Amino acid sequence: MTDALLSVRNLRVEFPTRRGVLTAIDDVSFDIMPGEVLGVVGESGAGKSLTGAAIIGLLEPPGRIAGGEILLKGQRIDNLGAEAMRRIRGKRIGMVFQDPLTSLNPIYTVAQQLIETIRTHADISEGEARKRAVALLDRVGIPAAARRIDDYPHHFSGGMRQRVVIALALCAEPELVIADEPTTALDVSVQSQIIDLIKEICAERGAAVMLITHDMGVIAETADRVAVLYSGRLAEIGPVTQVITAPEHPYTVGLMGSIPTLTQDHARLVAIPGAMPRLNAIPQGCAFNPRCERAFDRCFTERPEPLPRGDRRRVACWLYDEVATAGQEKAHV
Amino acid sequence: MNRFARMWDSDIAWSFRHSPVAIVATVVALIIILAAVLAPWIAPYNPFDSRSLNLMDGFTPPNVPNQFTGNTYLMGTDNQGRDIFSTILYGARISLFVGFAAVVFAMVLGIGLGLLAGWRGGWVDSLLMRIADVQLSFPSILIALLIFGVARGFIPPSMREEVAIWVLIVSIGLSDWVQYARVVRGAAMVEKSKEYVQAARVIGVHPARIVLRHILPNVMGPVLVIATIGLALAIIAEATLSFLGVGVPPTQPSLGTLIRIGQQYLFSGEWWILLFPSIALLLLALSVNLLGDWLRDALNPRLR
Amino acid sequence: MLAYIIRRIAQSVLVMLVVALVSFALFRFVGDPINSMVGQEATIADRELLRDQLGLNDPFLSQFATFVVRAAQGNFGISYRLQQPVMELILSRLPATLELALVSGILAFVFGVGFGVYTALRRNGWLSNTIMTVSLIGVSLPTFLIGVLLIWIFAVELQWLPSFGRGDVVNVGGWPTGLLTPSGRASLVLPAITLGLYQMTLIMRLVRAEMLEVLRTDYIKFARARGLSNRAVNFGHALKNTMVPVITITGLQLGSIIAFAIITETVFQWPGVGALFINSVRFVDVPVMAAYLMLIALVFVIINLIVDLLYYAVDPRLRVDRAATRH
Repeated sequence: MTDALLSVRNLRVEFPTRRGVLTAIDDVSFDIMPGEVLGVVGESGAGKSLTGAAIIGLLEPPGRIAGGEILLKGQRIDNLGAEAMRRIRGKRIGMVFQDPLTSLNPIYTVAQQLIETIRTHADISEGEARKRAVALLDRVGIPAAARRIDDYPHHFSGGMRQRVVIALALCAEPELVIADEPTTALDVSVQSQIIDLIKEICAERGAAVMLITHDMGVIAETADRVAVLYSGRLAEIGPVTQVITAPEHPYTVGLMGSIPTLTQDHARLVAIPGAMPRLNAIPQGCAFNPRCERAFDRCFTERPEPLPRGDRRRVACWLYDEVATAGQEKAHV
Repeated sequence: MNRFARMWDSDIAWSFRHSPVAIVATVVALIIILAAVLAPWIAPYNPFDSRSLNLMDGFTPPNVPNQFTGNTYLMGTDNQGRDIFSTILYGARISLFVGFAAVVFAMVLGIGLGLLAGWRGGWVDSLLMRIADVQLSFPSILIALLIFGVARGFIPPSMREEVAIWVLIVSIGLSDWVQYARVVRGAAMVEKSKEYVQAARVIGVHPARIVLRHILPNVMGPVLVIATIGLALAIIAEATLSFLGVGVPPTQPSLGTLIRIGQQYLFSGEWWILLFPSIALLLLALSVNLLGDWLRDALNPRLR
Repeated sequence: MLAYIIRRIAQSVLVMLVVALVSFALFRFVGDPINSMVGQEATIADRELLRDQLGLNDPFLSQFATFVVRAAQGNFGISYRLQQPVMELILSRLPATLELALVSGILAFVFGVGFGVYTALRRNGWLSNTIMTVSLIGVSLPTFLIGVLLIWIFAVELQWLPSFGRGDVVNVGGWPTGLLTPSGRASLVLPAITLGLYQMTLIMRLVRAEMLEVLRTDYIKFARARGLSNRAVNFGHALKNTMVPVITITGLQLGSIIAFAIITETVFQWPGVGALFINSVRFVDVPVMAAYLMLIALVFVIINLIVDLLYYAVDPRLRVDRAATRH
């Protein structure tokens, strides 16, 4: 689609190791519309953070993009030179990391870090940059911003620090913000405040958000669409309400069943038996087949492609290939 | 897979096989060690036997027959008529002996004190760590020299020669125990607070058993790295002390002593006295150091 | 802040007292001072008299107190070997050592940091690997061997530089310096390189290791994610964070340079305190040994103190009092 802000097509990220090449992200495709909030969900090791890192061009060597394309407003950014990519970072794509404790340089004040970032991307005076910084700090909810801007990071509490981080990520006015587990390291009481802040402030600026998390609850509250990753592959993607209330991929079904809710009555929580396979031991065919109750022959031989299932919804599961499996399903049950 | 196959296949073995540096270093080190150990059998002469020395043999260039005695020496002779080649072998032998012994001494002392400090905690720990800190801030050569000087003051001159080697070992060892102690203490403190240890104590398992079976195996990796690098440092320390004239006795020259003599005769042109021992010392120290360095990188999970 | 300074100074005084105790024990118990001072013909009665006169029969504590008082005044008695007041000997030779230590320290720091940063930023280039290999050799080669080999190449074979001594020396306000004469400077080159090489490799490896650690941190990643230039990230952020522990450790190294000078001075026959010390060990000249020990300890303690204060000034996290007054 040409109106998409971010377009990831057939992305492949590999890690050459001494014992062979590990494919951490295998043929993943999705789009993000301007101003949209896409949640990216999955277990640890499923490849969510790596996707974010690949998009912003900060994959740690030896990891590298081995295939596919990443397009920002129709232009390829995965093959840009270092300097061109640097100019995109911060200015067009911003990123928020997980741990506010370690995201900020302890020997510089918040003011110094904000002003430096603002002036890297905009040719304005220090005084002007400082004014913008104070305003931004105020907007993210730091009380007495004009005074606290001269404090060092260790003078702030965890939640406050993450607000500072958000301010830093947004100070150059990017169009896309990648938030990699922004609340995982925070107290529960503070988590929802931070998530709300991210959503509001990005909506104000018309920035899209790629919200990476393993917490389905956060996704349900905040995202417009959600992508479910498993073993580096896309399992399911679609509008949030649909995926959550009517999940189709067996993995997603399992995920939903394992979340306790206040409204429904669960006799017991359902845990998905087994574990996500290690990168060097991904089974042939569908990566989920060892743990799937509904797996049948095709699942063990052919890897499922994401099949269209409605408005901007795709599921990578042979169960939904209506043409081929209609007959088989009936026979299998 | 049997144990051997598993070891061969392990990460360390893999890293070793694929690191040319590690392989070369080990080979060189082994050759030197072997040559040194077998010195009494391979060396053509015994340079420590002062009665067998003939001053007229002195200053013979390598592979050139001596103008007085007609003897030929592979690497020439020094000022006292000692065959350089033999002296290198015997000297390396002493250097290695002192080196290993000093490392063992430092290791035993360091591990012992470290375990004590880590296990007991409290004032024992504070005291030991204070001492360790102070000692660490002084260069070990100074400490070794000091201990040597003190020992010398106590030992009557007649006994000095016999005891010299042991004094050397003790002084080098005493100057180096701190690193072992620190590592072991850290591990001891970590393990001490773990539940299985507390459980064992409740049951009444003797602390020594807990220490030996659980804490010690955890630290062997870092201790090994420290020991290997410590060996290189001990060899260099011994060479330095011998060079300064406060190491091995003059009748039992080690590589350091030879280099000292070599320097004295540089200007008069007897270059071989300096060159060959220097190369030998360099190869020895370098190979052990490379091995230690590689070992440290291989055992450090973070650098991979 | 004041409380901190006072505490540190108190600690330093304590350390000095402990060292004084060790020194004193050396003085008193190693070898027999009487034997070293009188000839073999002296009778037992004479020795006893001398012993009494020197206060050697007084209680331990009073002897120690006397020792400390005298030491504070710089009186360490007379060298057994050279029959001159120890303090005089040390003071006359101190400038030589200090100059050497300072020059090699500066060289080591400048090149150490430079190479360290370079090899951290360009991890896998051929130049980096070469530098790392050479540094490994630098660490494996004993200092004395480096000195001797340098003498061989540059003094004997090439005859570019002198092989021993300090050259001509000019007296600047009581301080004999070799920096103002060509022969003085030439004489300084080889010893400074010898002494500094080991320190340089240490600093280089330290800087490299620290910088690599820092480059791996989240805040560096975040800085990159904000689009900061390479220069800002590597030097503004990474280097500055690296320097904090580097300065500490380098400062501590300075003290060890003075001690390491022992070896270099022996190789180059440099007339400094190190050579004095070695000879005192050889001949068991206890007063000199004790004095040298105290001197070195003093130097270390002062350097440690300065480094601690510097650290405090540079790393904002240590300034707890300011933060406590905020929220």
